[in-house]
Amino acid sequence: MSLSAPLVLGIESSCDETGVGIVRGTELLVNAVASSMEEHVRFGGVIPEIASRAHLDAFVPTLSAALKEAGVSLAQIDAIAVTSGPGLSGALMVGVSAAKALALATGKPLYGINHLVAHVGVGVLDGGALPENLGALLVSGGHTEILQVNSLTSDVRLLGATIDDAAGEAYDKVARLLGLGYPGGPVIDALAKEGDPKAIRFPRGLTLPKFIGTAQEPGKHRHDFSFSGLKTAVARCVEQYQKRGEEVPVADIAASFQEAVVDVITAKAVRACTEHGLNNLLLGGGVAANSRLRELLAARCASAGITLRVPPRNLCTDNGAMVAALGSQLVSAGVAPTGLGFSTDSGQPVSLVSLLA
Amino acid sequence: MLLLAIDTSANASTALLRSRGTVIEVLGSCTSERGNDHSEVLASAIESLLADASGQRPEAIAVGVGPGPFTGLRVGLATARTLGFAWDVPVHGVVSLDAIALEAAADNPETDFVVAIDARRKELYWARYSSSGLLMDGPHVSVAEELPALPVYGAGAGLYAERLVASGATVVAEFADAHPGAVALGTRALRALASGEALEGTEPLYLRESDAKVPAVMKGKLL
Ligand SMILES: [Zn+2]
Repeated sequence: MSLSAPLVLGIESSCDETGVGIVRGTELLVNAVASSMEEHVRFGGVIPEIASRAHLDAFVPTLSAALKEAGVSLAQIDAIAVTSGPGLSGALMVGVSAAKALALATGKPLYGINHLVAHVGVGVLDGGALPENLGALLVSGGHTEILQVNSLTSDVRLLGATIDDAAGEAYDKVARLLGLGYPGGPVIDALAKEGDPKAIRFPRGLTLPKFIGTAQEPGKHRHDFSFSGLKTAVARCVEQYQKRGEEVPVADIAASFQEAVVDVITAKAVRACTEHGLNNLLLGGGVAANSRLRELLAARCASAGITLRVPPRNLCTDNGAMVAALGSQLVSAGVAPTGLGFSTDSGQPVSLVSLLA
Repeated sequence: MLLLAIDTSANASTALLRSRGTVIEVLGSCTSERGNDHSEVLASAIESLLADASGQRPEAIAVGVGPGPFTGLRVGLATARTLGFAWDVPVHGVVSLDAIALEAAADNPETDFVVAIDARRKELYWARYSSSGLLMDGPHVSVAEELPALPVYGAGAGLYAERLVASGATVVAEFADAHPGAVALGTRALRALASGEALEGTEPLYLRESDAKVPAVMKGKLL
């Protein structure tokens, strides 16, 4: 096995994407993804049982397609990595069971790795080694976190996280309220361009002084997020227009809602980085595709002297390549594999980059 | 033929069997005591079975397709399908209740009989078999009262003994905590293969839809 550029196969099944990726060191060979997104549309959100059923059906075909496209045989693989958590427990179990079977059949070492840290690790596939003093902002339908990445393979800390809904979840719920369909992110982003972001002043969650405190004496939720109050505020707002028999100004609401989400996310991410001496920030997760988030984050990072790195869109959404990328970094760093005896951990903390044997 | 059998419809269970003509030898087996640790224990259990058989690669895999609790069931299916792909060997599906039926038929019942296991939510997964163990009807999922008035084998019988008896069925006491196991499942598969009988594919028998409900607002109603 090449320690500097191991050939690693990564498996992802924590939410609604079945992903199999193969990397050689920091080089991406293939990123095969099957999504059950279409099946969740009529429910307006991911249904865990439907996602789990889809993972079972999609896994072997996705694996087979990935190996074929990369021109790699299972025998050539140096190690296997799989998302062990956090995520939907039933969904995780499909990927983990398949990964264990692969490791068992091939005799290759297996790593049970952290999904959130993999969103950061994917950065090595686009621009090579990650910089020092690195922070990461992860925004998706399943998570909203700010991380401090002292070492990708051994020291990752959680600076802040949502205490209720994920940002992407708030987009989905608001899209549902406005009758815009699922997923909510792209449609609200597009509609917001036609609306006035200052039309309605929606609340910014956890920004009151009692939550924020000061740099010296930080409040309990200084770097945390909350989006459930915002969702309720949007619902009340729509209700009031309807009560008055007025037409609901959907574009203005979309723009104002998006501004509230993006304002608080970018402000908090930049503040967390500044206060922790992090002058590099990596953006990841499906909501990284949001145009207003990218725009405002780029502007605020630039004013704060923070260099922003955003991997290509297909690497930001959930995928197997990110799992393989982190797996390859773990192999290179000499981290011991997890083996076959582990359980999924739907609440796996970021400090557990990979599970111990 | 060297066959690996897997069933996770109840507890995680795996066995390695060899057939020579009509003689079937069980080389090893392992069944978890707990019903909720399938993904944790199954792969290691298979690994040690194979190691005990000095690493010979199975020539086929038989897997229980349920019915059974969904999450656990998928662990066995994902494992079997992936092993089949990696080893490039066929994977045969077997109705999990058949495993209990095989053992029940050996008990020489005088009539048709029913095999039933817990389906949670106060229901049973069950199927009707001929006295020789041939699947006649099912599998179904229903409350105990809907089972035919026949001898009932399996852990489902133990769970709802009073209600089954009240509705005319009988409970076979020696089988009142029997779960589908990989030894019987593999035996069933090897016998079928030897007699040229077709086995199932590996599509899971969920028997229930996912519980997802379409929210009112998605049906075009605002708020
Ligand atoms: Zn993710």
